[in-house]
Amino acid sequence: MPKDTGIGASTVRREDVRFLTGTGEYTDDIVLAKQTYAVFARSTVAHGTIKSIDTSAAEAMPGVLAVFTGEDFVEVGGNPAGWLINSRDGEPMKEPKRPVLAHGKVRHVGDAYAAVIAETIEQARDAVEAIEADIDELPAVVDMNDALSGSNFVHDEIETNQCFDWGWIEDNREATDNAIKNAHHVTTLELVNNRLVPNAMEPRASIGSYKASTGEYTLHTTSQNPHLTRLLISAFVLGIPENMLTVIAPDVGGGFGSKIYHYGEEALVLAAAKKLGRPVKWTADRTESFLTDAHGRDHVTKIELALDAEGNFLAFRTDTKANVGAYLSNFSTATPTFLHGTLMAGNYTVPLVYVNVKAVFTNTAPVDAYRGAGRPEATYSLERVIDKAARELGMDPIELRRKNFIKPDQYPYASAAGLEYDAGNYDALMDKMEEVADVAGFEARRQASEAKGLLRGFGVNAYIEACGIAPSNLVGVLGSRVGLYDAATVRVNATGNLSVMVGAHSHGQGHETAFPQVVAEMLGIDPAVIDIVHGDTSKIPFGMGTYGSRSLAVCGSAVVRATEKIINKAKKIAGHMLEASEHDITLSDGVFSVDGTDKSVTFGEVALKAYIPHEYPLEDIEPGLEETAFYDPANFTYPSGAYACEVEVDPDTGKVRVDRMTAVDDFGNVINPMIVTGQVHGGLAQGIGQALVENTSYDENGQLLSASYMDYTMPRADDMPMFAVDHSQGTLCTHNPLGVKGCGEAGAIGSPPTVVNAVIDALQSGGRNVTHIDMPVTPARVWDAMQNAK
Amino acid sequence: MTKVTMTVNGKAVSGDVEGRTLLSSFLREDQGLTGTHVGCDTSQCGACVVHVDGAAVKACTMLAAEADGAEVNTIEGQANADGSLNVIQQAFQDHHGLQCGFCTPGMVMSAAALLKDNPKPSEQEVRDYLEGNICRCTGYHNIVKAIMAASGQDVPAMAAE
Repeated sequence: MPKDTGIGASTVRREDVRFLTGTGEYTDDIVLAKQTYAVFARSTVAHGTIKSIDTSAAEAMPGVLAVFTGEDFVEVGGNPAGWLINSRDGEPMKEPKRPVLAHGKVRHVGDAYAAVIAETIEQARDAVEAIEADIDELPAVVDMNDALSGSNFVHDEIETNQCFDWGWIEDNREATDNAIKNAHHVTTLELVNNRLVPNAMEPRASIGSYKASTGEYTLHTTSQNPHLTRLLISAFVLGIPENMLTVIAPDVGGGFGSKIYHYGEEALVLAAAKKLGRPVKWTADRTESFLTDAHGRDHVTKIELALDAEGNFLAFRTDTKANVGAYLSNFSTATPTFLHGTLMAGNYTVPLVYVNVKAVFTNTAPVDAYRGAGRPEATYSLERVIDKAARELGMDPIELRRKNFIKPDQYPYASAAGLEYDAGNYDALMDKMEEVADVAGFEARRQASEAKGLLRGFGVNAYIEACGIAPSNLVGVLGSRVGLYDAATVRVNATGNLSVMVGAHSHGQGHETAFPQVVAEMLGIDPAVIDIVHGDTSKIPFGMGTYGSRSLAVCGSAVVRATEKIINKAKKIAGHMLEASEHDITLSDGVFSVDGTDKSVTFGEVALKAYIPHEYPLEDIEPGLEETAFYDPANFTYPSGAYACEVEVDPDTGKVRVDRMTAVDDFGNVINPMIVTGQVHGGLAQGIGQALVENTSYDENGQLLSASYMDYTMPRADDMPMFAVDHSQGTLCTHNPLGVKGCGEAGAIGSPPTVVNAVIDALQSGGRNVTHIDMPVTPARVWDAMQNAK
Repeated sequence: MTKVTMTVNGKAVSGDVEGRTLLSSFLREDQGLTGTHVGCDTSQCGACVVHVDGAAVKACTMLAAEADGAEVNTIEGQANADGSLNVIQQAFQDHHGLQCGFCTPGMVMSAAALLKDNPKPSEQEVRDYLEGNICRCTGYHNIVKAIMAASGQDVPAMAAE
């Protein structure tokens, strides 16, 4: 039974109270004295040459305080790519400058080329309309094949639209080719991993402010990682000394990756605040979010699986084109490469993997990491081609996977794609999935559906992902330009309560509840006296923030290390107070006692002594009780899972309904099962959304056709079933102190292939030989596939 | 500018607004009631749902001037008189019906409107009613549970998880 408050307890979230009473504080809720408003002029064409921008009429409009154009930022730096990828021939990737405001050319619809600052938002909006921009429209580069074959370049100065041509693992290329050439059977699948818009419900927003008397800047912004944002602005874009810039990410209404990155609007409001000497606020409307938030996925892939006569996997070969959009967003080059190619061995003992990824510039919004980031793309390709192979070979899809699973006695396991998996038990996950999903009862449910005139299909999936991003030494070798440790400071106050300052940022993940559970368990005290501080660079240690399911595995480990230091020092203080050696002191339930005696002091008494150090051995122990730890992991963590989906397809309309969705995940140790289950639910909805309804659609001119909730289908309550979620089959991560793996992305990684596999199974059961439908599997696509397969 | 007067969470308020001022802007900017969130511009997401004369309304779709004389209730007025969470709010916390919290005010206000009209909704009725409220975090599972629990129905029996 889980305890009431510590590790393993489904403690309800303390942060809920402010969100449920309307007293959360999101960036747009903040009103600073003498605040002004920024509105951006954005390109209405996908590609064009800026001939001239006349701002005079706008400047003369009521309430207008300043107008900025790209000219104003020519001398400052660009927003950089955080990860260097080298092409197969050793050439470094192409890195065209990404300016604060477009200069010379506009490169996607929504690309900002000017900004108006005014007393009110209405005045700023009106004035933007008065900017006269003479932009010569150029043909748009939208399709990736056209981009690679033509001479119409998104960035003229690099004279190509190919950012890089990456091979992984290049030394395996020839052996993989040979394995595929000589195999008993090769299954081939061409598929599209559809472009998605992350759609955090809170649009991006930023407020820049500046204090002329000290030269200090403050940026309130919707960020998942305030220190990373500060670093990028200081070191690359505006050159503001880091110690003169405070970045505050207050309550943030979801991120899903889109709020990892630094965006030009953040630099603009800071520069404008300095110029005006007044705070400048910008809040995106939803269409701006669609046009300018970093999008996700957008891969076009051919994958081949070679098998022997017994169904053993011999090789996976993948050829992918990855759309990076018009500019390199901060981690856009890592996502299709090291977060994708390294996962292309999946859960399997396949000996050979080769992945080729060509990254392509187009006149579309930048594409970067979105919930799962490369790993959903890897899993989708693998688990779709395996399903197709099972059908071609007449094998049960579960049995074919089991046959090739890495077995529990094989860890640590060096995968053919270059990772070392530390722990897992994929058969146990599959066993549990079969139980929870009631696979045995499927045939009866299929017959019941058929009696209603509906086709029922069953789909299965196994996934592994690499989380806890990441070991700095490893990613440094692979091209990362940042370290990926995290940090925590545990401050015990004199009266015995604690503030824990963490580098991870919580924007829905429940850190304010889960992190105290860990500290409380270690100290044996009530979590209610522990407060989490996050999101403000002036208060927290330098951490790298929240993404890649890393908060608990990396920052949580830093919290553990800092708490261990607290315990060690507190034992010294207690030893002094009790006139005993620190080595004879045991901490239990918040009480330090001398082994074998009845002498003890409470945690609170030790805290008080640390801050009122009377009769205190100052020569041996410093006063105070505050410790910081930085934690850099030794390896990625490897969550894994087995998922199942049952769909009903209406053969008359092509409409797909998800009837049952089962997720069995190995997250290692689970701190708060309620929160973990909620994370899986959200991931499942985003994955089902990708599979069935979500699509980002550009026309041939680069116009975004799906730029509002009227046009981009978001999953709604009536699109979703109740989910069955289980995490009872955890194997502990071997290299972090809590044995945790991370749970934020799993649902979005595991569910899309599961759903599509189920749809294909349903159509096959209805006698239609449909082998693939690209996502989103809309009624029109299903109906078309059914007609073509008749 | 037009002067509008209305009752917000039981308190008489007034202000000068432009003809184009939305009720959501009036609440957020003039009244400082920032719990009502704006998540889209097309009346789709429902983060801004408030009650106007007892009916659930998307505050981004109503002009402040149209609410002149009306009784408006927002998320800030939902807690019990002693400040504790009301039944719906408590159910959302107990069943983890929120994560980032941005859609939550609209969800709670929609749930209250639903339960007023339909005190014991089925799961499907809850899902259908929430068609106008988008949540990106929860997958709706725990929101549906919370609303059914708030209606006094036995939730754990509904589905495995």
